[in-house]
Amino acid sequence: MVTEALKRLREAAAAIDRPVKFMEVCGTHTMSAFRTGLHSLMPDNVQLLSGPGCPVCVTAQGDIDQLIELAADRDVTVCTYGDMMRVPGQRGSLAAARAEGADVRVVYSIMDAVRYAAEHHGRQVVFAAVGFETTAPSTAAAVLEAERQNLDNFSVLATHKRVLPAMKALLESGKVEVDGFLCPGHVSVIIGSEPYRMIVDDYHKPCVIGGFEDVLMAVALAALTEQIRDGATALVNLYPQAVTRRGNIVAQRLIETIYEPADTRWRGLGVIPQSGLVLKPSYQTFDAARRFELSTPEDHDPRGCLCGQVITGRKTPHECKLFARVCTPIHPIGPCMVSSEGTCQAWFKYNRGGLHPTPLTTGATRQ
Amino acid sequence: MIRDDHQAGPTLTSPRSNGARISLAHGGGGQLTDELIGGLVLPRLGNGLLNELLDSAVLPLDAQHRLALTIDAYVVTPWRFAGGDIGRLAVSGTVNDLSVAGAKPLGLALSMILAEGLPQRDLDVVLASVAQASSEAGVPVVTGDTKVVGHGQADGIYLITAGVGVVPTDRRLHPDSIKAGDALIINGPIGEHGLTVMLAREMPEIDSVLRSDVAPLNHLINRVMTRHGGGVHFMRDATRSGLAGLAADLAKQSGRHITLDEAVIPVRPEARHAADMLGLDPLEVANEGKVVIVADRNQADQIVATMREHELGKQACVIGWVGDDGDGICELNTLIGGRRIIQKPYGEQLPRIC
Repeated sequence: MVTEALKRLREAAAAIDRPVKFMEVCGTHTMSAFRTGLHSLMPDNVQLLSGPGCPVCVTAQGDIDQLIELAADRDVTVCTYGDMMRVPGQRGSLAAARAEGADVRVVYSIMDAVRYAAEHHGRQVVFAAVGFETTAPSTAAAVLEAERQNLDNFSVLATHKRVLPAMKALLESGKVEVDGFLCPGHVSVIIGSEPYRMIVDDYHKPCVIGGFEDVLMAVALAALTEQIRDGATALVNLYPQAVTRRGNIVAQRLIETIYEPADTRWRGLGVIPQSGLVLKPSYQTFDAARRFELSTPEDHDPRGCLCGQVITGRKTPHECKLFARVCTPIHPIGPCMVSSEGTCQAWFKYNRGGLHPTPLTTGATRQ
Repeated sequence: MIRDDHQAGPTLTSPRSNGARISLAHGGGGQLTDELIGGLVLPRLGNGLLNELLDSAVLPLDAQHRLALTIDAYVVTPWRFAGGDIGRLAVSGTVNDLSVAGAKPLGLALSMILAEGLPQRDLDVVLASVAQASSEAGVPVVTGDTKVVGHGQADGIYLITAGVGVVPTDRRLHPDSIKAGDALIINGPIGEHGLTVMLAREMPEIDSVLRSDVAPLNHLINRVMTRHGGGVHFMRDATRSGLAGLAADLAKQSGRHITLDEAVIPVRPEARHAADMLGLDPLEVANEGKVVIVADRNQADQIVATMREHELGKQACVIGWVGDDGDGICELNTLIGGRRIIQKPYGEQLPRIC
C-alpha cells in the first residue's frame, strides 16, 4: 500500500514542471516523516516543510521564562509534559531547576497533577499547559475537576494555541510560499475538518487531513500532489476513521466552557489575533500567572537561534549557524532542538544534520 | 542569555563547567552518560581496560584463562513489574554483562541499599527472585553487603551486583574484530523491558499483556559460543538506550557503516502499541534479555538455528549487516523502503505532548 501511494505521488509529481512545497503543521507528522524515511523517498520536485506544529517550539520564550521563574519558588510544584523539561530559558531550564532542588515533575496526564494537588494540600501545584486544541480539552477538564474538588492549590500556566489562526497568519505574512497543507490528524479529531475550508476558499490552497502512519502520510501527500497536477483546490479528509466534519463536540464544549480566544504571542510568528486560548474571567482563579503575580513575559529569542524561522518554514535547520555545531540534542539552544517533535531535532537525529548521504527533499537543500 | 555550558557546546569537559549539575539524563545510558564518563570519570580514572568501556573488563589470569569482572547498580521504579522485579534484574544484568564478554560466570556479589521503613516481606520477595534467577543461570551469590539509609534518603530498595567469570585466552571478542560483511543477529523482540516498566510507572491503570524480557542469557550464549565460537566477532546485550544505542555504538567503536533492516527487527504488537501510546521508539527502549551477536556472515544462519533451539532465542534472526564504508554511521532501512540515521538516544526518555 505504501508502494502504491508513493508511486501515485511520483507520477503526479512527474506531471508538474515546477517545484511544489507542502507544509505540515503537526509535530507528529514532522517526526513520522523522518522516522519512517519518507523524506528520502519524496520526488525531487516535492518538498514537505514543517510548519508551526510542535507545541513546545511555538511557545514564546517569555512563557518558558515564566515557567522557570515559577519552578524557583520553593512552595511550588511544577508539573509538565516531558518535552518542556529541557527547553532553555533566560535562566536555565526546568530540568536544571530540578537538579538544583526545584520540585518539577513530569506527568503523562494533567489529571496526575490534579491528584498530586489533592494529596498535597500544603503545596501549590502548577501545571504547564501547552499545546494546541489537542491538549486544551484535558486542561479544561482538569480545571473543572479542581473546581469540583475545591482545590485552592491547583492552577495552570496556560499557553494553549489554535492551529488555524497560525496557518492564516503564515499565509498572510507572505514570507513563505506554500502550495498546500497536510493538515494535522490529532488537532482535526477535535476541531473537525470544516474549519480548514476557510484556507481552501479564501486562500485557494488545497488541504488534506492525514494520519500519522507511513501509509497515511504517503497517501495524503499523493492526494495533495494530484490536486496541484489537476489544478484542483479542495478540502479532503483522508483520516475519516478519526476525523469527522464537526469534530469532537464534547471536547469543543469543554474548551468553550473555560477559555476564550485571545491575541497570543507565538515564537517566530509574533502576536497573532485570536490565536490563543485564555481562561475566562470566571476561571481566572486557576490562572497561575495571576495567582503568583508573575512578571510580564519578555519577548526575546536565544541569540543566533533561528527556531522562529524554522517553524515557519522560512529557513531549514542547516541554514542556522548554531545547528549541529553549538546546538545539538544534548546541548540544545532552541526548542526545535529540544522537542522530539522539533524540526531541528528530527534533522539532527535522523539525518545527522545533513551529513547523511541520502538526499533530503526539505526546504533549501536543493535551492 | 544562554547558559555558559550551552555556549560551550558538546565538549567532553563541559560537565566540569561551573554550576553544572548531574541531571537524571546523565544516568540514562545515552549520549549524556557518555559525556559524563568521558568528561569526568576517564580523566581521573582512565586506564587501558577502563577506557574500552565494554560490558566487562577482561583481566589476565593464567595461560589458559582471563578473568572477566563487571558491576551494575539497579534502581528501577517500581521495583516490581510484569515479568520480573529488581531481584531478577540484578542477577540477569550482571550475568549477561559477563556472558557477552565470552565469559563463563562463576559467582556474584550482591549489595543491598534498603530504605528505612521498607516492609520485610518486600525484601523477601526480591530475595526469592534473586534466588530463582541465580538458580536459572546456575551462578550463585557468593558474597554480599547490606546497608540501610534513613527514610527519604533512598527509594525503597537498590541492588548492586558485581560478577566474575572466566574467559578462555583464545576467545577474542572485541569491536576491533568486527569486519565488513558481518551479520548482526538478535535473539528476539525488542523494547519489552523498558516499555513494561514505563507503563507500570506512568500508566498503572493500563492493563497490558506486555512483559519484561528480563532473563539470564548465559546458557543461550554458551551454546552459541560452544558450537560457533570462531564465527562470533563481538557481542553486547541491548540494555539502556536500546537497540539504537547499541547499534550506534557498534558503528562508532568499529568505525564501520552498519545497516539495520526495520522490516525484520522483531517487535511484538503489544510493544508497538505501548510505544505509540507513550510516544517512544521501540528501538530506543531498554531490553534486559536481548543480545546482539556480530558474526561471520557464513555462519549467521547456523547461529540463528542454534539460538532458535533455546527458549530465549525462539525468534532469533539476522537484523542487519556491517558494510564496507568506514564512516562509523548506523543507518536504518525503514519499513517503507526509506533510509535514515540511527543515533544513540540523548538520555532520559521523555514523553511527548500529544
